[in-house]
Amino acid sequence: MDLSLSTRTVGDRTIGEVGGEIDVYTAPKLREQLVELVNDGSYHLVVDMEGVDFLDSTGLGVLVGGLKRVRAHEGSLRLVCNQERILKIFRITGLTKVFPIHGSVDEAVAATD
Amino acid sequence: MEPGTRECVQGKFEGDGMAIVELRFSALPEHVRTARLVAAAVARRAGVDEAVLDEVRLAVGEACSRAVGLHVLHGVENPVRVALIEEEKKFSIEVGDATPTAAAVQAAAGPEASAPPAGSADDEEAESDMGLAVISGLVDDVEVTADENGGLIRMSWPVTPEPVLP
Repeated sequence: MDLSLSTRTVGDRTIGEVGGEIDVYTAPKLREQLVELVNDGSYHLVVDMEGVDFLDSTGLGVLVGGLKRVRAHEGSLRLVCNQERILKIFRITGLTKVFPIHGSVDEAVAATD
Repeated sequence: MEPGTRECVQGKFEGDGMAIVELRFSALPEHVRTARLVAAAVARRAGVDEAVLDEVRLAVGEACSRAVGLHVLHGVENPVRVALIEEEKKFSIEVGDATPTAAAVQAAAGPEASAPPAGSADDEEAESDMGLAVISGLVDDVEVTADENGGLIRMSWPVTPEPVLP
C-alpha cells in the first residue's frame, strides 16, 4: 500500500493524517511533505498515525527530521498512535522520550506542554 | 535506475529437509516491500507464531533497506540476496549485501587512497546503523558478519513445536 497524507488546520495546529506504509520507498515522500508544511509556516504539527500499517527506521528518521525542523522555529511535532506494533518501534529506539505520543487527535491538539 | 541495469526478482525452492526460498532483487527501495511480504508469508507457513510475524516483517525490511542503502551508496550493481530458511525448530532469514567492508575497500584501494567523502555518505551510514539498532532490539538471535564479498545479517526465530507425545 502506498503512502497518503492529508492535512487540516485546527487553531494553530496542522494535523497531518498519514495512511499506508512508511518505509524506505515511501519515506522520501513523507519527508518532502513535512518539509513543505514547515516551509509554508506550519510549525505546530500533529502527525496522526492511526492509518499507518507499517513503519520502519527510515520513517522514524523522517519524523525526527520533521521534529528538528519545527524546533528550529520553536514549534512542536506530536504523534497520535494507539497501535501496539507501531508504538513498539518507538519504544525499542527510545524515541518515546523524544516525541510526545497521544491517544487521540483531540488530546494532541489540546496539549500545550 | 541506471540505463541497462537489469531488474530481477527471483524465487526458488530446495528440498532435503531444509526448505529454502531465495530472493534476489535489484537494490531499489520499491522491492523492499516485496521482500517483506514474501518473508512474512514464508515465515507464517513455516510455523512462526502469528504474534511474531510483525517482528519478522519489520526486521527483514530493516535488513533489506540497509542493504539497498549500502548498494546505492557504494554504487554496487549486484542484487541484494535474501534467503528464507525453514528448519526443524527455527526459521532463519539471511540478508546479504554485496558491499565490500570498509577494511576490504581500503585494502583494495591501497594505502594512498583518499579518505571517503563525508556529508551525505555519513548520513546514509547513520541511517543503516539505525536499522541495525532496530534489528538488535527486535530479534533475540541475530548475527552480523562481513567479509570481502559483503555483509550478511542472519536472524532466526523459533517455530511453533509439534505437540510432544507423552
